[in-house]
Amino acid sequence: MSEEGAVVRCDACPVLCRIREGRTGACDRYANHDGRLVRLDPLVVTERADARVPFLEGAAEWSGALVREPQSFVTGIGASTTYPDYKPAPFIVGSQIDGIDMVTVVSEGIFSYCGLKVKIDTDRYLGPEQAAVRTGGEQVGHVTTAEYGSQMLSLGGVRHLTGGSKQEGNVTCQALLDLCNRKPVEVQIDGGSTVMLQAGAAPVVNGAREERMRVGCGSAAIGIFAKQWHGHADEVIVVDDHITGVLTEHQAGRFLDLPPSGIRVRGRKSTPGRYFQVAEPGLGWGGTHITDPLEIVEKINPKVAWPGLRLLMVSTTGEDAAWFVLDENLRPAPAPMPDPIAKVVDRIAENCEPALTTVMFMAGAGGSLRAGVTENPVRLTRSVKQALTRVTCGGAPVYVWPGGGITLMVDVTRMPESSFGYVPTPALVAPIEFTLRREDYAALGGHLGAILPVQEVLASARLRREPWREANPWPMEPGRVLERS
Amino acid sequence: MTGRAQVAPMPDGRRLHLHHGPIDIVAEAFGPAEEISLAYRQAGDRFSTILDELVEELALLRQPITGAGVPVRGSVARRMVAAVWPHREVFVTPMAAVAGAVADEILAAMVAGRSLEKAYVNDGGDISLFLTPGQSLRAGVVADQDAPAIDGRIELAHAMPVRGLATSGWRGRSLSLGIADAVTVLAKSAADADVAATLIANAVDADHLAVRRRPARDLRDDTDLGDLPVTVEVGPMPRLTIDRALAKGADRAEAMRRAGLIFAAGLFLQGEVRVVGPLAAPMAIRAAG
Repeated sequence: MSEEGAVVRCDACPVLCRIREGRTGACDRYANHDGRLVRLDPLVVTERADARVPFLEGAAEWSGALVREPQSFVTGIGASTTYPDYKPAPFIVGSQIDGIDMVTVVSEGIFSYCGLKVKIDTDRYLGPEQAAVRTGGEQVGHVTTAEYGSQMLSLGGVRHLTGGSKQEGNVTCQALLDLCNRKPVEVQIDGGSTVMLQAGAAPVVNGAREERMRVGCGSAAIGIFAKQWHGHADEVIVVDDHITGVLTEHQAGRFLDLPPSGIRVRGRKSTPGRYFQVAEPGLGWGGTHITDPLEIVEKINPKVAWPGLRLLMVSTTGEDAAWFVLDENLRPAPAPMPDPIAKVVDRIAENCEPALTTVMFMAGAGGSLRAGVTENPVRLTRSVKQALTRVTCGGAPVYVWPGGGITLMVDVTRMPESSFGYVPTPALVAPIEFTLRREDYAALGGHLGAILPVQEVLASARLRREPWREANPWPMEPGRVLERS
Repeated sequence: MTGRAQVAPMPDGRRLHLHHGPIDIVAEAFGPAEEISLAYRQAGDRFSTILDELVEELALLRQPITGAGVPVRGSVARRMVAAVWPHREVFVTPMAAVAGAVADEILAAMVAGRSLEKAYVNDGGDISLFLTPGQSLRAGVVADQDAPAIDGRIELAHAMPVRGLATSGWRGRSLSLGIADAVTVLAKSAADADVAATLIANAVDADHLAVRRRPARDLRDDTDLGDLPVTVEVGPMPRLTIDRALAKGADRAEAMRRAGLIFAAGLFLQGEVRVVGPLAAPMAIRAAG
């Protein structure tokens, strides 16, 4: 019976292996450890080479040249952990950097209190604030406060992971896991859009890929560039699906004492020089459906306009622009764009950054996880706050929130591929490393007896070696860890 | 929550990564960018259901093959059965060809209707190749997974009758009845190479105190090998024992080569190497020194 009871059914893939105590499934990635399903991925070690040696294509044998050993940083990916962490963390690695003994406590944390902050670079309406964000019908998060040029989602969190139905928890866990591992995930927003999210990739809203962030709405563009157009154009219309701006009616034009042009655009007037709904949304100019900008000109007042009036029409991304001069019948005639105007159009384009989806993993390294580091967990928290201990996730730098506990945020694209796993709780498994000086580790009640020399870890464990990401600071730089405020 | 098939570009932006459960594939196509992107989409589409199809017929695929044949429907399953069929005189299940058959299936989906120069699909070391005239691919062979180093290089050219390459050994993820560190086989498909490498690696064997074995069932609950003793440890052995073990495997490989089932094979055991068939020079050089 006990044998039977110890069998775990792995549901990580459709093979659905039945795994007995101490065994692994068909993939060798999941195992039954003390009746629990655990992931057994190889430990990921990142290496920073001090000197590069040329690799000769087809070289028959290892040159054996005297190369300085690459510096290795053992990440928590694949380290596996016990939960609750009543034992020392899976790896406590000791190494010497420039003569100073450094200790890195390497673990994979199991996070029920975790979620994602997702920033989507688009001005498109994704849904009302607080609206439910769903995948497969289950709520996995909500729309939160928008930022300038970007919409924000808050996904996951303990309430969706473990506070709702089993199905809600599983769907949430899968969505978080995929986003953290940089896979695409499609979400539906109640009363809003369907959005395809993928960390580091352009968002896709209702099937349309967002290529660039616009510099601002049409009105904002008028505000930014009015002075630069002054003297070179008599009217500028910035075409935008949200708010189209008209220079001479706009506050910015009034401020420059520009005479009214008498050119009236379609749509609903908001405040002077700002118009909503000049056209249908679409893939044309400025997120509207139009391809001929003159379509949005409703009328030209003959009592106000004059022959020779110079008109610029431009989209909010600078991708589309046209130059017109009114003829004797006050009809806009296309003309070659003067250089000073073309320069400002280019500047609009230059100010539009590529639209991206960014995914920040946010979690609390709380209660028991810290026990894997020290017998006195609060000292670890203090040590982190005093910047004596550097916290990293898969070697990537994290932002640690002020205040109590170790609440951190990390950009998942700075972590190695496939850094995240899950447990059926459901909860996310994420790598976490604490790096500090050996004497500081002793002072906070660290598990000194469990420290392994780095060479021993490198020789014993199943490893996946990855090059260090040069954009990340090296966690074991003693100076960095020792910055004291 | 059984995970979905994952299809993603590798960080290098060139290769394609396919992962679902125990299947882990890296693929690469060469040719015009537009063709490559279409090829990757085709490969991803085909991959999305492959594991579910296999799981559906898993019970049948774990049965030893006999003269009676196996009535499987799935296209990967049929490739597996076809690959093990010529070997039905010995104990073998279609699972011996699963990795290679998946590689062949994905490669076929990837190149269908596309104009590529060359392509490969590497399913955990079992590699399926596509080559147009004048093209070649180079592969490195790693004998010891615990201390990875390139132990041999093989250049596979269009003119050679080789479109599949597979490696098997007791250190690998699959269980082995033999003691070879690695057996690498070149054959006309990855499925053919896969099953041949498995069987040749099984044949590289010796009764020696340094070899520890356990019933397969003790190691893996869902194994197709039942109570057969599989190798779990091979300590250092004297040269004579190594030579004899390799000779057994080489005999088996030579018989397969004469029967037209494989093109060539390289057998690795504790630093010693045997080559069967017309293999490229580097492996032979390595064998000599």
